[in-house]
Amino acid sequence: MLYSEKVMDHFRNPRNVGEIADADGVGEVGNAKCGDIMKMYLKIEDGVIVDVKFETFGCGSAIATSSMATELIKGKKVEEALALTNQAVVEALDGLPAHKIHCSVLAEEAVRAAIKDYYDKNGIAYEPDQFCNGDCSCCHEHDHQEPEE
Amino acid sequence: MVYADNAATTKTCSAAQQAMLNAMEQFWGNPSSLHTPGQQAKEALQTAREAVAKAIGAQPREIYFTSGGSEADNQAIVSAAKFGARRGKKHLITTAIEHHAVLHTMDQLSKEGFEVTLVPVDESGIVKVEDVAANLREDTALVSIMYANNEIGTIQPIAEIGALCREKKIPFHTDAVQAVGHLPIDVDAQNIDMLSLSGHKFHGPRGVGALYVRRGTPLLTFIHGGAQERGFRAGTENLPAIMGMAAALEDACAHMEENDAHAAGLRDALIEKLSAIPHSALNGDRERRLPGNVNFCFEGIEGESLLLLLDDKGIAASSGSACTSGSLDPSHVLLAIGRPHEVAHGSLRLTLDRDNTMEDVETIAAATTEVVEYLRNMSPVWKALQRGERNYVI
Repeated sequence: MLYSEKVMDHFRNPRNVGEIADADGVGEVGNAKCGDIMKMYLKIEDGVIVDVKFETFGCGSAIATSSMATELIKGKKVEEALALTNQAVVEALDGLPAHKIHCSVLAEEAVRAAIKDYYDKNGIAYEPDQFCNGDCSCCHEHDHQEPEE
Repeated sequence: MVYADNAATTKTCSAAQQAMLNAMEQFWGNPSSLHTPGQQAKEALQTAREAVAKAIGAQPREIYFTSGGSEADNQAIVSAAKFGARRGKKHLITTAIEHHAVLHTMDQLSKEGFEVTLVPVDESGIVKVEDVAANLREDTALVSIMYANNEIGTIQPIAEIGALCREKKIPFHTDAVQAVGHLPIDVDAQNIDMLSLSGHKFHGPRGVGALYVRRGTPLLTFIHGGAQERGFRAGTENLPAIMGMAAALEDACAHMEENDAHAAGLRDALIEKLSAIPHSALNGDRERRLPGNVNFCFEGIEGESLLLLLDDKGIAASSGSACTSGSLDPSHVLLAIGRPHEVAHGSLRLTLDRDNTMEDVETIAAATTEVVEYLRNMSPVWKALQRGERNYVI
């Protein structure tokens, strides 16, 4: 099989799919041109992520990594969610094929983008280099293949 | 299970299975041996060669057995290029929608100093003969144009291009892997100088194919070490596979008309049903396409997830999405017919054959409709399209 059972489980039965109308933070990363977009919605109370939803356009592992990322940050403090790494998502899914690792990077970036949005909306200060510039198109590893239209 | 991926491979038919068993039980001798078992194997090999030749209107001595379509493509193209180069001709013509066995071979040759022209296709996925004509040059060593496309099933104007190349005395190769056993082919009438075919695309075994080379067209030896295949392809012949392929091809050609009518009926029904899904589009010409080929793009979703969910529902299909291939870019064929990246990612190929039924079509259409809707409901791209934040492309 291409994917682990965990990946297939999260792909077939994704957790926390949908949107939060009055979200405190929303982050969208990726690029439809490259085949994956993730959108993350956060509901935050007293610095804790009390609810999280996602929408994903992408392959099986893109959906599975989004789903797993929401599980890993739900109920956590914002600072803890900010520490989520793509490796943690990969490990929680019992691994991903090498060419799908970028999906986990995208999941991490989606969480961070949503938190950044929350910080911006609430006037919470942060170091600018704590976040990527928002242009996560095709993730980092693929940037060099971008310029064609 | 509904198998709808016959362009990838077909189930080995009983005629092929029997022929292969027969080869292993009775013709296990080495065709190069002078003793009786060897000579019996040699005769069986010759019979298989005659059957393959007959299927495309060729002479048996013009058929060279290979390990498959890719090897045949490689040998044909590199041979023509190298022989052309000896006479100062280093220009090669092919299309943007070829199989990678052709495109990557051309890439390699371009690194070695050949100039490769990729003739474009129109939005229907068909090469224009005048575009080929316009690109012919004094130093053109080869024109290689596929008979029928493996992704979108479009059938190219092979006879017209063949006539053009014959008139200009330029060798013409066609990758006919998707066409042989499915469409009537006559290498003489169509002025084809070289043709590649593959056993497992017409219910024969995999790992075997053939290259047709017109008498008088020069050929290079790729694999050295023996006099097999008239010295052009060393190695003890894979007789079970060759006999299986020949049996499958005879069977396919004997029933071609009825098989095609059956597959085309299913294809047309499926195209009609899938067209009812909003913001979907058929890829490739509606008429000039392989009898069993259906290829659609569905906006707002990605192909791999569609495939996996269809597989969960017992449907085996294929996609031109980047994610299935492990590369970043979606299908070069879909891009060549003008589909934007984001739409090409959401493609689905269903290739039906004689073994499929109208019930399969109903199952596929219902499952695809359901899965597309499900995936759209979790797609931020689809939501943005619906809110008018993005513009529909199809």
